Parts: sequence; C-alpha cells; structure tokens
Amino acid sequence: MSPSRKILWAPNPSFLEAGKSTIKVLADGRFSVWHRKGVTMSWMGPREDAENAFKVRLSLRTALGDKAYAWDTNEEYLFKAMVAFSMRRVPNREGTEISHVLLCNVTQRVSFWFVVTDPSRNHTLPAVEVQSAIRLPLVAVSGGCSSLRMNRNRINNAFFLNDQTLEFLRIPATLAPPTDPSVPIWIIIFGVIFCIVIVATMLLILSGIRQHRRKNKGPSEMEDTEDKWENTVKIENGIPCDPLDMKGGHVNDAFVTEDERLTPL
Amino acid sequence: MDEARPLWATPLQFVFACISYAVGLGNVWRFPYLCQMYGGGSFLVPYIIMLTVEGMPLLYLELAVGQRMRQGSIGAWRTINPYLSGVGVASVVVSFFLSMYYNVINAWAFWYLFHSFQDPLPWSVCPLNGNRTGYDEECEKASSTQYFWYRKTLNISPSIQESGAVQWEPALCLILAWLLVYLCILRGTESTGKVVYFTALLPYCVLIVYLVRGLTLHGATNGLAYMFTPKSGIPTRGSPALSLLAFQMEQLANPKAWINAATQIFFSLGLGFGSLIAFASYNEPSNNCQKHAVIVSIINSSTSIFASVVTFSIYGFKATFNYESCLNKVILLLTNSFDLEDGFLTVSNLEEVKSYLASAYPSKYSEVFPQIKNCSLESELETAVQGTGLAFIVYTEAIKNMEVSQLWSVLYFFMLLMLGIGSMLGNTAAILTPLTDSKVISSYLPKEAISGLVCLVSCAIGLVFTMEAGNYWFDIFNDYAATLPLLLIVLVEAAAVCYLYGLRRFESDLKAMTGHALNWYWKAMWGGVSPLLIISLFVFYLSDYIITGTLQYQAWDASQGQLVTKDYPPYALAIIGLLVASSTMCIPLGALGTFIVRRLKRRDTASVA
Repeated sequence: MSPSRKILWAPNPSFLEAGKSTIKVLADGRFSVWHRKGVTMSWMGPREDAENAFKVRLSLRTALGDKAYAWDTNEEYLFKAMVAFSMRRVPNREGTEISHVLLCNVTQRVSFWFVVTDPSRNHTLPAVEVQSAIRLPLVAVSGGCSSLRMNRNRINNAFFLNDQTLEFLRIPATLAPPTDPSVPIWIIIFGVIFCIVIVATMLLILSGIRQHRRKNKGPSEMEDTEDKWENTVKIENGIPCDPLDMKGGHVNDAFVTEDERLTPL
Repeated sequence: MDEARPLWATPLQFVFACISYAVGLGNVWRFPYLCQMYGGGSFLVPYIIMLTVEGMPLLYLELAVGQRMRQGSIGAWRTINPYLSGVGVASVVVSFFLSMYYNVINAWAFWYLFHSFQDPLPWSVCPLNGNRTGYDEECEKASSTQYFWYRKTLNISPSIQESGAVQWEPALCLILAWLLVYLCILRGTESTGKVVYFTALLPYCVLIVYLVRGLTLHGATNGLAYMFTPKSGIPTRGSPALSLLAFQMEQLANPKAWINAATQIFFSLGLGFGSLIAFASYNEPSNNCQKHAVIVSIINSSTSIFASVVTFSIYGFKATFNYESCLNKVILLLTNSFDLEDGFLTVSNLEEVKSYLASAYPSKYSEVFPQIKNCSLESELETAVQGTGLAFIVYTEAIKNMEVSQLWSVLYFFMLLMLGIGSMLGNTAAILTPLTDSKVISSYLPKEAISGLVCLVSCAIGLVFTMEAGNYWFDIFNDYAATLPLLLIVLVEAAAVCYLYGLRRFESDLKAMTGHALNWYWKAMWGGVSPLLIISLFVFYLSDYIITGTLQYQAWDASQGQLVTKDYPPYALAIIGLLVASSTMCIPLGALGTFIVRRLKRRDTASVA
C-alpha cells in the first residue's frame, strides 16, 4: 500500500486532459492527482466527487489459474474503453471518451479506483449514472434480466472474468434472482408415485376380493355335486354304497394301489 | 374351518425378512456415532462380545418360540404359560407405538427424495430474505442444510408447548409412506415375501456404491483416521501407535462402552417387539432357525461396521471440504484487505504471511483480525451426530458438495427408504399377526381390512408428528417408548422360557421340531448370562433416569440458529410416563387378568358341582 503523497495545489485542472495523470481519492474526500513522472499535485474537488469513485477488484489468478494475464497499462486502457462504451449507452452521455475515465491507485491485488468525468472535466459524473450504465441493478429483479445485465456481461467477457472475479465494490451485490417454477417439482414426483401406489393397492385389493369370491363359490359348488352324487347313488342302487368307494379325497387311491402292488417286505 | 397358516415361499424369504427388519436406520446412524464415541476400533471388542453373548442367543430364542408356537406374540406367550399373555400384549403395544413414529422417518425420506430432483439441491443454497437484499437470517446463522431441515421440512416451533398446525407437506408424505407400507403387507406373507427381496438387497447395493464413492472422495482418509485415533485428553507421548493402543485399552475398561454396545446390539436386532416371533411363525416347523439366527445377527453387525466405514469416509470428506472453504475465506479476506497479489496467499504460507502482516501493519491487522476464523479440521470432524441429525443434516451437507449431487442424493434417500420400509414390515407384522391369529377378529374382518384399519389408525395418530412441534414428540417416542419396556419384555421372555416353560421341555420341543439337538451354549446363555445382562442394563437405565431428575430436550432456536436445551413441561413428562407404563403394565395386568378369569371359572365349576 502506497503511503499518502504530499499534497500540492494543481495550477490547472486541464492537466487531467492528456491521460497522463491519475486521481487518488483521499479519506476525507479530497482528490490528489499525480503525474506519471512522480510529480504530485492535488485538486480540492467537491466532496461529492469522491463519492462518485468506484473501487474495482479483479481476481485474475482465481479465475484463470495458469492462463492469467498480467495486468498492465494496455489492460487498463481496455477497461477505460469498456467503461466509456457503457457510458455512451446512457442517454445524454453519448459523447463520453476514453480520456474521461480516470483510473488510479492500481495495486498488486489487482484493484483500482475509477471515476468518469463529464466532457468539461470539471466534475465527475454521479455514481447513479455510472451504475446504471454498467447496468448494476440495485435491486434483484426476478425473471430474465438479460438486457439489463448486458453491459456488465460484456465487461466481464472482455476480461474473461465473471461477477465474482471482477467486482465493483461499494455497490450492493446483485443476488441471483430466485427461480420459482410455477409448480414445485417435488409435488409432481409425489403425485406420480402416489398414483402408482394407489393403483397397485387397488389392483391387489380387487384381485383379493375376486379370489375370495372364487373360494366361496368353489366349496359350495363342490358340496352340491357331492350331495347330488350321493343322492344319485342312493337312488340308483337303492342300497347305500360303501362311502369309501364313492367319496373322493378321503382315501388316497395312489397309496391304496401302491400297497396292493408292492410286495410286502 | 381352519385354513393352513400362510408360509414363506422359501426359507430365503424368511431370512431376507429378518435381515430387512433388523438392518434398519440404526445401523446407519447410531452405530457409527457410538463407534466414534468409544474409540473406533476398540468399540468392536465389546460389540462382538455382546453379539455372541446377548444378541445371538436372544434372537435364536425368539425365532424358536415363534417357529414352535406358530402364532403371533400374544398367542405364543399364552401357549407357553397362560399367565404370560400380558407379555404378548405388551409387545403389540410397543410395536404399535414404534410403527406410529417410525413411519414419520420414511415420510421425511420421501420428502428429501422428492426434493432431490432439483438443480441446485434446495438444501445447498439459502433462500433470499423478504426484501431480497441478503439471505434469510435464520439460514445465515445456521447452515443451509440445517435451515432446510428445521424450517422447510419440519417448520419446527421453538418449544414443545407451541404445537402449531399440521404441516400439509410432511403430512402428504406420511400418508404416502403408510400407503406404501399397506401395499407391502396387504397380502400377508405373499406380498411381504416378495417385497423383502428388494428391501433387504437394495440397501447393500447402494452402500457398496457409496463405499466406492466415499473412499475415493478427497479427505475421506481424514474421517477414517479420526474413527480410529484417540480423542482429546490423551497426551501423545512416545510413538502414536503405542498411545493409540493405550487409548483403546483404556476404552475397554470404560463401562459406558460395554453398556452402549449391549444396548446397541439389543435394539439393533429388534428383540422383544414380537416381529421376529411373527416372522418365524410363518416358517415350516422343520426350518433350521438356529442357522438363520446366527446368519441374521452376523449380517446385521457386519452391516453396521460396513455402514460406519462409509459414514466416516463421508464425514472426512465433509470436514475437509469445510475446513478448506474456511481457509479459502480467510485467504480471500486477507488478500482483499491488504491488496496482496491474487494467488500469493496459499494454505502453506498462510501462517507466515499472517504473522508478517501482523507485524508490518499492526493497526490494519487488528481491524481485520476479529473476522479471521480459526479453521480447524478437528473441530469439523468433532461435529459427530447421530439420529435424524446425521441422516438429514450432515449427510446432505456432504452430498451437496459432491459432483452430480442429485444422483447421490436420490441414491442415499432411496436407501434410507428401503431400510425404513423393511423395518416397518416387521413392525406391522408384529401387530397384525396376533390380530389375524385371533379367531374373534378374523371371523369378522378379512386380512386386508385389518391391515387397512391398523394403517389408518397409525397414520391418523402419526399426523401429530407432522405438526410444528412434531419433532419434539418424535424424540419423546424415540427415546422412551421402546427402551425400558423392551428390556423388561425380553427379560420376562427369557425367564419364562427357561424357568416357567422349562428349558428341558423347550429343548425337547426344538429337537422334535427341527431334528437338531440344542447346543449347551444356547442353554447356558438363555439360562444365565443373557438375563443377567438384561437385568444390569435395566438397572443402569432406570438409575440413570432417576439420577438425571428432570428430563430435557433439545429445542431449535430460530433466532440463534442452533439447538438449546429446555425442560419438558409437566404434561410431556406425564405422557412419557404413560408411554412406558402402558406397555410395561400389560405384563402384570395380563397375569392378573388370567388369574381372575381362572378364579371365576373355578368358582363357577365349584358352584355347579
């Protein structure tokens, strides 16, 4: 972290024009400007201007690993270009140039501050405008907000980064809008399984009832035929026949014949 | 007219039924916890000893009684001795309580299973708060998995007094769970016999898949090592191996380890509920139930050990993941506060850089310092839990960090469901078999109607557990409905068979039935060792309850995002007492009832004569 520079009065704010200077925001809201050659000057800008500066933080190593590129002045130029591009899409700001975007206090992290000045370079543009230009919604909006996030996505893509690795601080984080489907998924699956179980239960119960009915019919039918058989036998012969010969099931014929066939040991 | 008793189609179905009943959720979420509490490897010694001395003999006893008497628990004990019909009734009452609250776990498993088909998993992200400026407060204080369990699933109230309303979502899942159980038991052994193939085998498939996945996870070895290493308080002097051995020896001398091993074996096998008697009553009389008893108990214990290896590798993964995220957060914090180069701070140089920063920029460092968390792998591992907390909070936290987490989540909750349904089949069999055996009831209603009624009544009462305070009532039932009564029931069972019925008589019955002679080992265990063990367990628990005085429970405090301990209100204590009394009192009341009936009969015959 660089120690605070000695503060001098700037003779002319037009020094900012050439793009050779960068602005540092001090804790009490004053700006200090220092030239690349090491000369420092300060400009007591209005306090509001300090509030219009944004801190940006990039995490190149985290995002890209070995493919991380070095952050140099060319990258800074690209960043200024992206911010200027975003500003141009704001109504009344179509004339924003790259030189209107000022970066300062670039650290090793990589992090820096930037402000966007108006064409006259007298004051900085309000934070709200810059925010809306980069399309950082203050409040999460549900549903697709692709058009709103377009500029932010383009800035991210220019650097191969995403919202987590290219952070604009001092701005409340955009929380991912919750995606609520109209019918919760779990109810659908529940409904399917519920119906399957009910259908299977009904099938089992019905087949059980049918089996019961068949069993109830079965013995009663058998009893009828047996009675008929008995009656016919009695009627036909007049003499009650030996029940053992007539009634099936009381004697296992297989065993009877076996005993007769096999010679006893 | 008596139709033949329904039988299992093959002896394999009987074995699978016993396995799917015995291997339940306790194997997955209680044993790993005990294993870790009492020193990992050294816990296996009391566990295996208790298995051979207490588990196998009592399991064999129950199976033999059921197979010999060929009736449910009420009929079986009445046949052994008419004064013991109360034992059977007590078993049925305890099984009824158990099935009421156990199926709620299946309902929760269904709930999580249905929610596993989303991307991202609902318990992996916190929902936004009302005005969408941040995450929900309760979720921030606790974790997203705890929030999903306590708020979205249970919608738990701050205390047991505030019952709240019935939550319709868990209620729907409970109804579905009961419908599924009804479907499985509808036709008796015919349907149960086919279902147990799935409920016994599928959990093993999932466990094997999880074992392979768990062992290949990053950080799994941390968890496994933790299971076997000494806990804090043991100075590691000399070689680590020696101190490990010393610790394990020390744990062997700890009576709590032995008591917990005995308790775990006892409840894991599901003794005393009457389910085993019911299952065995559907056996062919010549079935070799001794072999089956040994097989089932060994499989049950091996599953516990197997499941704890899986659980600990998952623990290790979760703890390592959390530890590394914590470190990454600290790194990010320092990198951003001091504008260091991105990627400069790594895990290896973190400590040196911290001390450098503290000395170089003391003021700024002291500003940042309060936000720097002390990350510790040990403290992450120490969040060992048991019960529903393990299954629904810790495991889900580990699953959400795996790749293809939806698949793992579906597999895991499907396995929990299989385990739970398998145990429910046994529980309902314990209730239904005595009811269908009773001539009075079965002459009025067919089997399907009796099953339906039992399921309906249990479901209706079980809706209590879906209220906002339902989880507190669940804990009451889980802790008190079965523990003491079961010990008493099994004690009376063992004593009755050995001393009332007569060990010799039982031995000759078994010999006539199965054709094998009874080994002296079983006689020794039944007659002496096992009852003594149960008596000591019973005395221990009773004295523990008495000494502790007021019973307390863990309530979820939404404002703090953590559990707090509270006392039970008087009416809850009364209900606990009622739960325990309603089952234990059946035993003396049954004996008294039989005594009175006999007296009246004698008086009648005397007056007639």
